[in-house]
Amino acid sequence: MERFSTVFLVAGVVFFAFSVWVMAWLPIAHLRDIPDTNLDVISEKVSPEFAQLAEMFPESFAKYYPAGVTPASFKKALRRGRDTYIAEACWHCHSQFIRPVSNEAIRFGAVSQAGEYQNDLQFPHLFGTRRVGPDLIREHGVHTNDWHVAHFWNPADVVPTSVMPRYPWFFDNAADPDTATLNERGIAIITYVQWLGSWVTSYPATLYNLDAANGGA
Amino acid sequence: MTAQTLERPLVDEGVVKAFFAAGMLFFLVSLAGGFLFSLQFLQQYPFPNIEWLSPGRVRMVHTNMVAYGFLTNVFLGAMSWSIPRLTGRPLLFGRLAWLLFWVWQAILLLTMIGILTGHAQATEWGETPTGFRPNSFNLADMNWAPVDILVVVAFLLVSIHMYTPILKAREKSMYVTLWYFSAAFIWTALTYVMGNFFPEYFVPGAAGAAITGLYIHDLVGLFVTPVGWGLMYYFVPLIIEKPIWSHGLSLIGFWALAFFYPLNGVHHFLWSPIPMYAQYGAVISTIAVEVVVTTVVVNFFATLVGSGQYLRDNLTIRWFYTGMIFYFTTCLQCAVHTTLTVQKIIHFTDWVVGHSHLVMFGVFGFWSLGIILHLWPKLTGNAWYSERLNHWHFWLSAIGLFVMFWDLTIAGLIQGFLWQSLALWEQSLIASVPYWAVRAVAGTAIVIAQFLFAFNMWMTARGAEPLYRPAAQPA
Repeated sequence: MERFSTVFLVAGVVFFAFSVWVMAWLPIAHLRDIPDTNLDVISEKVSPEFAQLAEMFPESFAKYYPAGVTPASFKKALRRGRDTYIAEACWHCHSQFIRPVSNEAIRFGAVSQAGEYQNDLQFPHLFGTRRVGPDLIREHGVHTNDWHVAHFWNPADVVPTSVMPRYPWFFDNAADPDTATLNERGIAIITYVQWLGSWVTSYPATLYNLDAANGGA
Repeated sequence: MTAQTLERPLVDEGVVKAFFAAGMLFFLVSLAGGFLFSLQFLQQYPFPNIEWLSPGRVRMVHTNMVAYGFLTNVFLGAMSWSIPRLTGRPLLFGRLAWLLFWVWQAILLLTMIGILTGHAQATEWGETPTGFRPNSFNLADMNWAPVDILVVVAFLLVSIHMYTPILKAREKSMYVTLWYFSAAFIWTALTYVMGNFFPEYFVPGAAGAAITGLYIHDLVGLFVTPVGWGLMYYFVPLIIEKPIWSHGLSLIGFWALAFFYPLNGVHHFLWSPIPMYAQYGAVISTIAVEVVVTTVVVNFFATLVGSGQYLRDNLTIRWFYTGMIFYFTTCLQCAVHTTLTVQKIIHFTDWVVGHSHLVMFGVFGFWSLGIILHLWPKLTGNAWYSERLNHWHFWLSAIGLFVMFWDLTIAGLIQGFLWQSLALWEQSLIASVPYWAVRAVAGTAIVIAQFLFAFNMWMTARGAEPLYRPAAQPA
């Protein structure tokens, strides 16, 4: 019990391996039958939000996404948007999973299921451990593109109590608010955030959706 | 012992000193980051238009520099001091020690540059850039510094460096400290590889999250905790000049930690899409850890019985035992808030932020500062420049942290209940602002304290004439 070899092998290697087997390998084995969706498949259906961004910012779009409103451009925007989401540490203040408790299904939408996270944009997952701002995994369609553009420019302009930072570097000509336009990253991050939850067809019962809340059509 | 080993001193004190100085320097960087980030919560961020000082990026510098800059540097220094003394043999060879020192500082600088220029990895407590991302369309851009691989190499070098004297000593039974160290090196290397490469390249989604959970937890539980306790088992008996109270309890403490701690990881993602059996298992073993922790804490406090005057007279012992009280608090808190019921409210809130500050600063930070306080005069050969500043350092840190912890804990409860009640999200922000203001003030006290201490270290190292300090007098 006090020898180096025992400590090294039993505590250092065997106990660690046991924990990885129970806490990592079992979940992996449990979930590995869920097919892993390729990014090419995901980007086949170009989102209407992405198409609208192309209309809103034609010059930027032509400059940064010269392939036009195509799956290839959409794929590039999703990937670049996720990279930006990581670089700016968005995931440190916004989680990406809905729990079945604390009325989250009412506030945000359907409870998260493991299958939703089996795709190419989940290396690594962005579950997050803190919510300064709301969860984003059901963000699709909650706000308009216009809202997002204004919000990334200065969140406090849109939500006065917001403590989210500004992101002027998502815009070209950021020095001049009148001519500032979304740049590559700006288009990408809005595309990515608008994509989150686009695969869910049932929407939460909110003030904007009272019929659903009352069980109506 | 051969003549060769006698040619060089047992401990390379220069390296120990360098590790401590670097640790303190990165601690100041980290604290500056934490302080800046806290201003964002008050809508007072001073650099809103500077990309590389964006609050999100600064936050990652704060956490990474505490773990890898401050704690790791101080731990490496303290281990370079204690392992040769425990084994009677120097570390592998002198130049390797300096190589390790510079490699580690280079890693820290690259990490900081990587994070600030937008190349962070999405692994909590491991945002060090991975270096290459095969899935990424801008491969060339991301390819500039494989810091994660450097870290693994550095950890392997540390292991070889520090295992050598332990193996050479060939002792049938090692002292408690060495059990913890021997396990910690291999754990750290395995943990780092697991956490930084598997979710990034091989395991997506919920199963990847299970691994990330293990990583976040193991980094604290299998690296920082065992090294920290190992150092306590070394320094406490030396300073209060008596052996640890119970050898049996220290055996239980070590082996139960080794078994239960690694099983806790998934408790960072409770109520998530990770399979529930893993979540239940993590909750149960987290509660088991609390029992383990109690045995260790009892052992240390029983050791102190009859020597209570050290808490009053010896500032290092006061740092250590304050840290142990915080350790017990944080683990007790853990056993409560890991339950699925409490999780409903406190998860995602500032409660957890308070908890992690209590662990990383209140426990391991306090121990590190106590160790520097104890060794710095020995390393520099000078008495402390100002004893009084050291006392200010302790009380500002302890009170600052105490206030910050309770402030964030209460804020967390308010946020959690507001969210559950379906109040508008903005209401949880409005309700939090006073608490965030108190947090910024408490944080300022902590920052000031560390600057005072760094100044004191600087003056002591320079050999400045110690300030006059009246002899202790009865009140």
